[in-house]
Amino acid sequence: MMSKDAVLTSPVNEQAREARYAKRKLVNRVALTMSLMAMAFGLFWLTWILYETVRLGVGGLTMDTLSQMTPPPNEVGGLANAIYGSFLMVTLAALVGTPIGVMAGIYLAEFDTKGWLASTTRFVNDILLSAPSIVIGLFVYAVVVTRFKAFSGYAGIVALAIIVIPVVIRTTENMLQLVPPGLREAAYALGAPKWKVILNITLRAARAGVVTGVLLAVARIAGETAPLLFTALSNQFWTSSLSQPMASLPVTIFKFAMSPYENWQKLAWAGVFIITLAVLGLNILARVLTRSKI
Amino acid sequence: MNTATDTLERTKISVKNLNFYYGKFHALKNINLEIPENKVTAFIGPSGCGKSTLLRIFNRMFELYPEQRAEGEILLDGENLLTSKKDVALLRAKVGMVFQKPTPFPMSIFDNIAFGVKLFDSLNTTDMEERVEWALRKAALWTEVKDKLNQSGSSLSGGQQQRLCIARGIAIKPEVLLLDEPCSALDPISTAKVEELITELKNDYTVVIVTHNMQQAARCSDYTAYMYLGDLMEFGSTEQMFFKPTRKETEDYITGRFG
Repeated sequence: MMSKDAVLTSPVNEQAREARYAKRKLVNRVALTMSLMAMAFGLFWLTWILYETVRLGVGGLTMDTLSQMTPPPNEVGGLANAIYGSFLMVTLAALVGTPIGVMAGIYLAEFDTKGWLASTTRFVNDILLSAPSIVIGLFVYAVVVTRFKAFSGYAGIVALAIIVIPVVIRTTENMLQLVPPGLREAAYALGAPKWKVILNITLRAARAGVVTGVLLAVARIAGETAPLLFTALSNQFWTSSLSQPMASLPVTIFKFAMSPYENWQKLAWAGVFIITLAVLGLNILARVLTRSKI
Repeated sequence: MNTATDTLERTKISVKNLNFYYGKFHALKNINLEIPENKVTAFIGPSGCGKSTLLRIFNRMFELYPEQRAEGEILLDGENLLTSKKDVALLRAKVGMVFQKPTPFPMSIFDNIAFGVKLFDSLNTTDMEERVEWALRKAALWTEVKDKLNQSGSSLSGGQQQRLCIARGIAIKPEVLLLDEPCSALDPISTAKVEELITELKNDYTVVIVTHNMQQAARCSDYTAYMYLGDLMEFGSTEQMFFKPTRKETEDYITGRFG
């Protein structure tokens, strides 16, 4: 071992540096290869899913799919009632869940960032965020369906809204925290009251992110089956009444895909194709919105 | 310098026995200072000396953070603004502030200015348009943006954004303008424009500027305060501070031997 002075004054060892660098390059190449393989693995399954969805889904997709009701086995029909039911319940659940989620997110980001209420809310929200959707379905079944003694569109909306809320809370809070504190201070320095600063400045600066959170939540509930099985159940016929059991795409797909009837299976694939397309569209929309600068 | 007008100077802000704390940290120690009306006063000193802290007390910005606390008196036109019962918004309408980094709001250039005006005055469309134009002209930005008032404020260059922020502050017709290192994020050309603007502004406003740039303080201020570690070391006319400072520390800092 060299003395401290000798280490500091000895000339640079070029060879040792080169060897070190060669090793670093090798490690880099190995890591890159593994990352690429991981990506290829993920993409492989995704492409396969999309391919099968398109291959089997497009076949079952006709004008009847969009205009006819869900048929009995071995008869001609479509998915109109299921599409309408899904659309109605998802839209209303988003309309109920978004304001609650956004307001709670504002509370966490702007009013109480460190207090016990905020910490508790965050903790509970994280649990809710990762709660299996079947748990939420059963909860709504116990609280709403058994009380009113009926499966209904309302119960479905409640279940879906409970899934929307934690997602929106989390994204709203995160997006508001990304707004630079200087922007808030600048607004306060003009003499703006707090509610105006939040509404006109911070929420506005974070709006693309907040909207993205809502869209991702909608994309998630569009494909949820478990919370609807015990709540909205399903319905063979067209209904606009939310107090009736209501058909939805995921539940219909579940029922039809498991059946031995060929026309049902075909419709199930058509439904899968429609949901995939809708979710893909929402995700792309979310991407576009986050990319566009304020 | 005309001594006759000097003696006629009115004090706009008078700081008396001011102490300031960040939690337990004693950041400003017994500051006494008189800021004259319609003059530019510069605060200089090394980082962490408390000059921005002092500036942020003048519009009670520090109150946004519960652990920060000020003791003492700051008289604005004779009234102690620290204990005033008036709404803090009215104080901030009187004492405007421009920050280090340009902070355009996420809205159009026009709305950036109208936002503040709407808080205090209800103007009809024509009056609002006039007010916006007036503020932009005052901030020497009108000719550059008059054809794109509907574009986003963040589409402007850094220097233009900073002048937009100055225009936004002017638009609500304050009496005092606080500038917290307004040029530190700007290139030399934009800096020159803002400095020119500061010299213009003192005809109508009392300007207080925090700066790290000695030349800037020398170029555009009438009075200079040198601060160090929470103490106000020396305060006087910029001429005197730069040519014959009474304290050795001031001279060392200004000439670049320290700091």
